[in-house]
Amino acid sequence: MTPDHRQTGRLWRSPEPRAGYDAVIVGSGGHGLATAYYLAAEHGMADIAVLERSWLAGGNMARNTAIIRSNYLWPASAAIYEHALRLWEGLEEELGRDLHFSRRGVLNLAQSTHEVRESVRRVDADLLSGIDAEWLEPEQVAELVPILDTGPHVRHPVLGATYQPRAGIADHDLVAWAFAAEADRLGVDLIQDCEVTGFLRDGDRVTGVRTSRGDIEAPRVGLCAAGRTSRLAAELGLRLPLQSHPLQALVSQLLEPVLDTVVMSSATHVYVSQAPKGELVLGAGIDAYNGYGQRGSFRTVEDQVAAAVELYPVFAHADVVRTWAGIVDVTPDASPVIGPTPVEGVYLNCGWGTGGYKATPGAGQVFADTIARGRAHPLAEPFGLDRFGTGALVDEHGAAAVAH
Amino acid sequence: MLLIPCPWCGPRDECEFRYGGQSHIAHPAAPASLTDAEWADYLFFRDNPEGLFTERWFHAAGCRRWCDVVRHTADYRVLTSAPCQGGPSGGGEW
Repeated sequence: MTPDHRQTGRLWRSPEPRAGYDAVIVGSGGHGLATAYYLAAEHGMADIAVLERSWLAGGNMARNTAIIRSNYLWPASAAIYEHALRLWEGLEEELGRDLHFSRRGVLNLAQSTHEVRESVRRVDADLLSGIDAEWLEPEQVAELVPILDTGPHVRHPVLGATYQPRAGIADHDLVAWAFAAEADRLGVDLIQDCEVTGFLRDGDRVTGVRTSRGDIEAPRVGLCAAGRTSRLAAELGLRLPLQSHPLQALVSQLLEPVLDTVVMSSATHVYVSQAPKGELVLGAGIDAYNGYGQRGSFRTVEDQVAAAVELYPVFAHADVVRTWAGIVDVTPDASPVIGPTPVEGVYLNCGWGTGGYKATPGAGQVFADTIARGRAHPLAEPFGLDRFGTGALVDEHGAAAVAH
Repeated sequence: MLLIPCPWCGPRDECEFRYGGQSHIAHPAAPASLTDAEWADYLFFRDNPEGLFTERWFHAAGCRRWCDVVRHTADYRVLTSAPCQGGPSGGGEW
């Protein structure tokens, strides 16, 4: 492939879709781009297209709070998120680009005696899973986060926190663009403005996709469409245990550095970090109702800001500059669905709910392997669609850190 | 912000309500005779349309009764609201 586009300063070509590919990935968010990259880089599959209904990485990938951590409760979750974290640790080198990856640690506050027990249990579980985890007493929390009010008068007083020092943040746009540029360099066609509207089938086997720009043949189709997965699956007659919800976040204006770690509060549904430029980035829990509107209710923002100001009194000086919402696909057990489907050739990567960003490289590598070999990657095995029938759920509501 | 028309109290702010998900999910008449797939379908699988959706809301900070609301999940318009047919059938928070 002649990298002509590089001379124009563009990060990727914008080719016309071809009539067919070895595999098609639906959705050019972080997971779709990472999947395409790993298919090309590790499985020698360069005859791939990533189809995007809108613009590249403009959905949840542009709407998250950039937090990366792996301190989940169950071994299955800890394994896949820790796999992702290890990839994050080498990702700038692997992709040859600065991703503003900052290992600044994450604290998950415990604000009731129940949360203290759950948190200590999760720390112990993480240590057994080989994940860095510490339990911090309130004094230690206060030392790490001086602006946090750890006094007893707070409505939900800080009784301690779990701490994962290797956790952190990375710039979501840089991550998307790096995966896109490297996938493009390896020959992957990134096709924007190309909405998948249906599927081509031969009995129980997929043979391609119908798109707003014509039919495209492909024996393998990987869905990385997050909140829109149910809609796509419905075109296959496939019913999934997913509910799509708005998930909101907001930023303040640029401020002096006041917070050099990430702090999450499950009890009050607010989590915060300060971006390198200085804006406070605050995330909320999901809006309770189903929604595809990429916006949520103001009451969620109000609750989130009220909780943040009580925990961090200094935030009262900050202004909300911008709020936004993504559409997250939530499963009943707050864990993803990864693997084959009853339709041969169609593979699912969905249900990441509020936790998809942190998994980006891990999800991409595991999903690429699943597509290339036609079976669930070992790390994906516990996350099959069949678990809802067998009852072998991976219940991560406690460690999801955001209300589902 | 959603303005939800409670059949008993009139239009009220969303923050007075709790969400109960899809309406009209009947508890199986003979649970013991269901296959695992049928039980999973009852427990875990719900419609997830982009468009009109019939869903339950519980007026927690008002009359504490359930209603069925038809709402559009893309533009969030609320079309109709009515008392739950046959009352709540489980699955929501009380």
